[in-house]
Amino acid sequence: MTDILRTVESPVNPNVPDLFPGDQVSVHVKIKEGNRERVQEFKGVVLFTHNNGNTSTFTVRRVASNGIGVERTFLTRSPRIAKVVVERHSQVRRARLYFLRSRSGKSARLKQKF
Amino acid sequence: MFKGLLGKKIGMTQIFDDNGVAIPITVIEAGPCYVTQLLTSEKDGYSAVQIGFDEIKPSRITNGEMGHLKRNNLPPLRFLREFRTDDPQVAEGDKVTVDQFEVGELVDIVGTSKGRGFQGGVKRYNFGGGPKTHGQSDRMRAPGSRGAGTTPGRVFKGSRGPGHMGHERVTVQNLKVAYLDPERNLIGVKGAIPGARGGLIMIKGARKS
Repeated sequence: MTDILRTVESPVNPNVPDLFPGDQVSVHVKIKEGNRERVQEFKGVVLFTHNNGNTSTFTVRRVASNGIGVERTFLTRSPRIAKVVVERHSQVRRARLYFLRSRSGKSARLKQKF
Repeated sequence: MFKGLLGKKIGMTQIFDDNGVAIPITVIEAGPCYVTQLLTSEKDGYSAVQIGFDEIKPSRITNGEMGHLKRNNLPPLRFLREFRTDDPQVAEGDKVTVDQFEVGELVDIVGTSKGRGFQGGVKRYNFGGGPKTHGQSDRMRAPGSRGAGTTPGRVFKGSRGPGHMGHERVTVQNLKVAYLDPERNLIGVKGAIPGARGGLIMIKGARKS
């Protein structure tokens, strides 16, 4: 029965690559302002992903200019996501990087994975 | 006009509309159904359309049921349900599918809720239960008083209390049709519907729209 559910869902957005926790990403989101549509960029680290068909999401954390952490959750298959660019992968040992929330500066760095 | 269909609950997911807004939908595999009998007020005392759904092996149904379906040369069907209507606009033996609905239309959904077994008042009727502290013991999920004292001296019939919960007919009204796939007999309604996945579902045209 879940097979039928999967066929109802929209196809995978080709502009969104597979995302992993710790990825440094730049998410391009289409935003409607009145009649105009523009693309907004959100850069940060993927804290965790939730992969389940159309309900898939990923959460990106970035530290804003005044040192305040901003986390944003995106629907992976949403047509509003123009594209996602992975700038680098990180060597991480857990699936959910909640520990980054309590860290800042040097200790919040992640080791790059090649 | 008659609008009705039987189906099987497939499960929930979400789809995106043109603006990219996610809509939670429940997908139902509905039909193809057959009109197995037309009931009329002259003959039966009320008018309704009897619909059959889910083709099965002939050995799975009784000869009586088989004879009932043979009248209109229909295949063996697992479920037969009646839909009350004064204006059928269908004939016996007709095939009914999801084509009768369109996206954006409102429908009523009837299903059988999940059985919860014998449950206490806290779960079944949202009773508050007793205090956690102040020297209380064994009172946390107690139902409290059942009623007044010597007058009336009894518990009124129909009073809320512990008992069997769930596995009953539940109707959800005015759900919007958000998805249709006539080729595969799929219909998606916005929101949740009663029952477990795989459960029999009745879809009707909305009564209050």
